[in-house]
Amino acid sequence: MAIDYSKATGTGSSSGAPGGGGGGLLRPSIITGIIGGVIGWLLGHWIGNSFTQGYQQVQGSGSNDIAEFMGYIFMIIGWFAGLGALNYPIQKLFGVEAEAEEPVTEKGWTKYFRYTLDHKTVGVQYLFGMLVYFFTAGLLALAIRTELLSPTYHIWSPDTYIEIVGEHGTMMMMMMTSVVLGPFGNYVVPLMIGSKRVAFPRLEALSFWFTPISYFILLSGLWQGGFQSGWTGYAPLSVQQGVGQDTYILGFGLQGLSMVCASTNIVATIINYRAPGMSWSRLPVMGWSMLSLGFTMILSIPVLIDGLYVLALDRTAQTSLLYSGHGGSSFLWENLFWFFGHPEVYLLAIPGFGLVAEIIPVFARKPIFAYKTSAAGFIGLAILSFFVWQHHLFQSGMNPDMRPLFMLTTELISIPTGFIYLVGMGTLWRARIRLTTPMLFMLGVYFNFLFGGLTGVYVSDVPINVTVHGSFFVMAHFHYTIMGGVIFAFFGAIYYWTPLVTGYQLSEKLGKIHFWTMIIFFNSTFLPLFAVGLLGMPRRVFEYAHRLQFLNQWVSISAYLLGASLLFFAVTFVWQLAVTRKPTVRNPWGSRSLEWYVESYPPPAYNFKRVPVVLSWPYEYGDPNALPVADIVNETKDLDPVGRA
Amino acid sequence: MSQNALDDSRSVEATRKAIPKLIAVWIVTSLIGSLLVWFVLGPHLPPGTMTDQAAGAQFDIRFVSTLVPPVLFFIWIFFGYSLVKWRVKPGEDPLAPAADFRGNSKTQGAWYIITTVLVLFLAAFGTYFLVVPAGAGGGEGPSPIWTPKTKNMLQVQVIAQQWRFTYRWPQFGGMETTSIYLPVNTEIQFNVTSLDVIHDFWAYQLGVKADANPDVNNVAFTKTQQLGRFTVRCDELCGVWHGAMYNYGYVVSQAQFQQWATQMEAQNAAVTKLLPKYATTYTPSYAGNGGGYYPPQDPNANL
Repeated sequence: MAIDYSKATGTGSSSGAPGGGGGGLLRPSIITGIIGGVIGWLLGHWIGNSFTQGYQQVQGSGSNDIAEFMGYIFMIIGWFAGLGALNYPIQKLFGVEAEAEEPVTEKGWTKYFRYTLDHKTVGVQYLFGMLVYFFTAGLLALAIRTELLSPTYHIWSPDTYIEIVGEHGTMMMMMMTSVVLGPFGNYVVPLMIGSKRVAFPRLEALSFWFTPISYFILLSGLWQGGFQSGWTGYAPLSVQQGVGQDTYILGFGLQGLSMVCASTNIVATIINYRAPGMSWSRLPVMGWSMLSLGFTMILSIPVLIDGLYVLALDRTAQTSLLYSGHGGSSFLWENLFWFFGHPEVYLLAIPGFGLVAEIIPVFARKPIFAYKTSAAGFIGLAILSFFVWQHHLFQSGMNPDMRPLFMLTTELISIPTGFIYLVGMGTLWRARIRLTTPMLFMLGVYFNFLFGGLTGVYVSDVPINVTVHGSFFVMAHFHYTIMGGVIFAFFGAIYYWTPLVTGYQLSEKLGKIHFWTMIIFFNSTFLPLFAVGLLGMPRRVFEYAHRLQFLNQWVSISAYLLGASLLFFAVTFVWQLAVTRKPTVRNPWGSRSLEWYVESYPPPAYNFKRVPVVLSWPYEYGDPNALPVADIVNETKDLDPVGRA
Repeated sequence: MSQNALDDSRSVEATRKAIPKLIAVWIVTSLIGSLLVWFVLGPHLPPGTMTDQAAGAQFDIRFVSTLVPPVLFFIWIFFGYSLVKWRVKPGEDPLAPAADFRGNSKTQGAWYIITTVLVLFLAAFGTYFLVVPAGAGGGEGPSPIWTPKTKNMLQVQVIAQQWRFTYRWPQFGGMETTSIYLPVNTEIQFNVTSLDVIHDFWAYQLGVKADANPDVNNVAFTKTQQLGRFTVRCDELCGVWHGAMYNYGYVVSQAQFQQWATQMEAQNAAVTKLLPKYATTYTPSYAGNGGGYYPPQDPNANL
């Protein structure tokens, strides 16, 4: 099953191909990628300027969106050319026998800075990439909270403030879609299903390498005037904006492409690369959640990219597709955006629930309760998420007769969400519960998401929506579902799988300090915001009523403490991996899942010596006489995973 | 199943005994919680009772909030009991199997039915209270389907632009004001539109919210019931000064309103003549080709 990476003899030549030959700085890596990007930007910007300079529109406005777009598009091409990502496809195109970008067997830390085809390397790249995204956007959140310490005294100018709001929102929403699929979907799911590889390693690698460049492009908006449209980018405001808005289009669009690539790979991998015996009824729930997530992304993200394309046309080619004065409609953007945007927010929830349902049985020593219901929950969420988007537009002035329908579909989504609670509660019933750090985070998801889910009923109810739409109530609601849900699950998963991924055990004591501070300050930050919203404070404002000052100050100070808790995680996490390095024991949590039965932690190249044969369901925690999960269990269970023996 | 693995606390009998007690605790706590929400918190819930629509929204928020404690306490009591009761005790083998069951058709069936019924009830509840108070104060677009019974409505056009609201009064000679006064006990029709980007007219205490879209007339209804001041805020991100796009309005007696309107009409007569003819939507305020909302000689054009 392994890809044959050996050089073929005979046809063509592979001279100049990266990976094998040449060392040093010219070997394709992030450095050559940056060089390629810079050259590309200069070239593209020059081309864009030279063929548009005669137009009155460009001369008069002092900014040139076409040059901006051309610069970034060439920069992206240069970036991928520099990374060596294009060599293989181009060589194949010309019938030359191509060489793989990076052998899967490569050792050492430098592989993390290169375009590689090993799903585990990509998983680790994603983990650190997503943490960088999360901490950057988190700092922007603290900048927002600093401004809101006072209703009238301003830290930032109004335009800087609104740019920060837009950057925070867009960056978080971009990153959240990949926060579980990227690190854990890519790393763990192939191991869980007993596969030696993923279906499309190049798509997977491509999906990761889109993220650094989309991060850079989006942030580059800050020194080009930013974008004042928020992450929702409503037209015609987003058409009216300066070149900073182009960074939103390109950054978000690239992240969209990344998600399509990643989802295509994970869906194909789960469908085609399950080990013998890994039937659909034995697939870990994490696999079901990734499958639902992948399909949702593949179907919804093209609509976003389409919308961004329309917006880009309005901004560059001077079409007026989104501008009502000249035959277009601002509703077109609202519909395209939310047709993607609403599935998106559920595809943030699905992987979080997948982690919860996967990890809780390990610490409950019981089979997962209602396994099929959990899979049905994911699929139900995925399907229903396509039928709710107009609930963002209840007050927008479009067809009022659709409101009861969208209210119904939105509220129906509580049913599959409720399935996830049923699964968790059933699994805990008569269980043997260990309150380890990962388990605490998973229970934290249930605690937080309850507030997010219950307030979802308020938001979906049209008469109540009149009061809460666009207010801090909505903002608190989705922070509870996204940060309280998927981010808690994400951190739990970090604590859970770090021994497997690195071979080092993280301290339970430090993990628990992180958990308790994070959940307390998270709730202290976002719970009062429901009240703030109900009392009439709209989102994205820098001035608010004096009577709301105390609540806002409370929230801001809690947000700093929440930031401190996350900083504590960052420091202790890096410290433990870089300095203390406590080796882990085999299967530290006593899981039955296949990923823990690899020979060593981190797993060797190609994961398993031979493809395992799956013998039983991974959740047979209640039956001491159950067969092991796969035939390799007995071969590896006595091996020392970190080679101390 | 070995005896060690399934100790007394995890036996079916022990848990069956606990269930009635848990239900009793749940009923008592939920009852207390719901009564507190309905009677103590309820009357103070936003957005108040200044209009029929606001009162309707307050009732809905109050009702839904009353349903929250039973759900919250159900989950909390369940998790709390499980974590206390079945947490690994010192000396216990943490990896020993606990109970071995994968589902329970009765529990699952009950869960599906109860959640479905609850959700369908909430959807029906929301739909009823959307339709009955004439669209519940939300923007219904150019052709509203839920309208008040009376035809005698005060027409107020809300014109949003970056970054201010102005109001036109077709029944008072099409005058345009920067302030807003409304008569009490009057059915009001807001016609909300924009001259540039998307804004949102949120009159918090009136229970009215309607997006202001360029080239669209978004209609919302409300019936004033109490005197007082209300806040108008823009509720869709509209650019740099979005946060500063607010003003205040007043609900006054009908006589005071007549007096104010007549006075404003006279005061604005010169400006009103310069304005484009009253319409549901206007050409956006771009200077240059195609003209703008305000002609160049209009003093408002420079504001």
